[in-house]
Amino acid sequence: MKQTIYFKLNGDPIQIDVEPHLTLLHVLREELELTGTKEGCGMGECGACTVLVNGKAVNACLFPILEAEGTSITTIEGLADVAGNLHPLQRAFIEHGAVQCGFCTPGMILSAKALIDENPNPTEEEIRKAISGNLCRCTGYIQIIQAIKEASKNS
Amino acid sequence: MKKYNYLKPQTLEEALSFLSQYGDRAKLIAGATDALVMTRQKKISPDVFISLRCVPALDYIESNGMLKIGALVTHRTIEESKTIRKSFPLLAEASGVLGSVQIRNVATIGGNLCTASPSAETAPPLLVYEAEVRLVSQRGERRLPIESFFLGPGENALDRDEILREILLPFPPPHSVGTYLKLGRRKSMDLAVVNVAVLLSFNLDTGICERARIALGAVAPTPIRAKGAERVLEGKSLDESIIRKAGEHAREECTPITDIRGSADYRREMVGVLVEKGIRHSMKVFKKI
Repeated sequence: MKQTIYFKLNGDPIQIDVEPHLTLLHVLREELELTGTKEGCGMGECGACTVLVNGKAVNACLFPILEAEGTSITTIEGLADVAGNLHPLQRAFIEHGAVQCGFCTPGMILSAKALIDENPNPTEEEIRKAISGNLCRCTGYIQIIQAIKEASKNS
Repeated sequence: MKKYNYLKPQTLEEALSFLSQYGDRAKLIAGATDALVMTRQKKISPDVFISLRCVPALDYIESNGMLKIGALVTHRTIEESKTIRKSFPLLAEASGVLGSVQIRNVATIGGNLCTASPSAETAPPLLVYEAEVRLVSQRGERRLPIESFFLGPGENALDRDEILREILLPFPPPHSVGTYLKLGRRKSMDLAVVNVAVLLSFNLDTGICERARIALGAVAPTPIRAKGAERVLEGKSLDESIIRKAGEHAREECTPITDIRGSADYRREMVGVLVEKGIRHSMKVFKKI
């Protein structure tokens, strides 16, 4: 039995009919075709599915879709501006070699965005803590941390 | 996956009414970070989730005489709360090392207690702070000391028709100092192999330890107080031999098991190490007061 929900997605209001048992991750990828958000583990352990809900980083794989009602959600697709200019975080990730296979990248960037929006000048320790819920199997994290440091200077 | 129904009551009364309507077929959730994982692992299979997220009456931190934390308060809020960091720092610390930022943004203190894992992050601090929980049903309300809330691994004292609504913490005696230590295999995103909370109250003039509270997690069917270790410390001026004796008692009071995260022997050994470390660290903090 579908229910209609209303929320803001990447700045635009959206209305969608959903089955109540679905997760935000499923709806984003399968129904809204925003496949930037990835499924890594489905258990809230890897952070590949990280999106921002009201500015806070959450695991979309554990976020029941009906809880999206009335919220403002940001996915990786919402980071570049309308003209297509990349967000400072996206530019920094590219410049610092912080992207290899790219699978962790959307979630990683959104965790970083949540950090910088709240704490514009994070220390390395604070950066590490902020991304501790985002696993990367490729980079070893060093370039990611450097990219976030640089982006926080440019924001 | 089963197509469960998902209800969002707006008030506590509505939630209790749903609970009595659906009984065993329903699962109460807040952040859902434990419940959804358990559902996917087929450990539970509810027909209905009753989400408490939209019950504002459960999301508050109030301080009048006692600290009162609504069950829906997230770990992120607890971690960052000035009031809790000042007066109940062990709780703020424990909430701050639970899971990851993403988990802490939605997971709640009520959920942590109701899941009742022996390694529940907030349990050792709440035990040493001698917290109480307030449980509510359509039949009325009751209060339980936190110690009585945990019955076994994954088992809490809620009746089928009850909701945990609030956690109450009495303010500790002035000049109380404490330490929370979590031993894990990783710096983050891990369950505790052993977690320990120590809360000591010293006499400012004599330096004697007037009150000691020590709690252990992940080394018994439930989180426990190490009351034998506490008695070793109380009324004494603490020196190395007393500290070691307390560690020894704590080792004897726990009943750890061997599991994927560590052996029983290792856990028992680490209980002693962490209790001693917690006492020494608390003494250092006290000396700075």
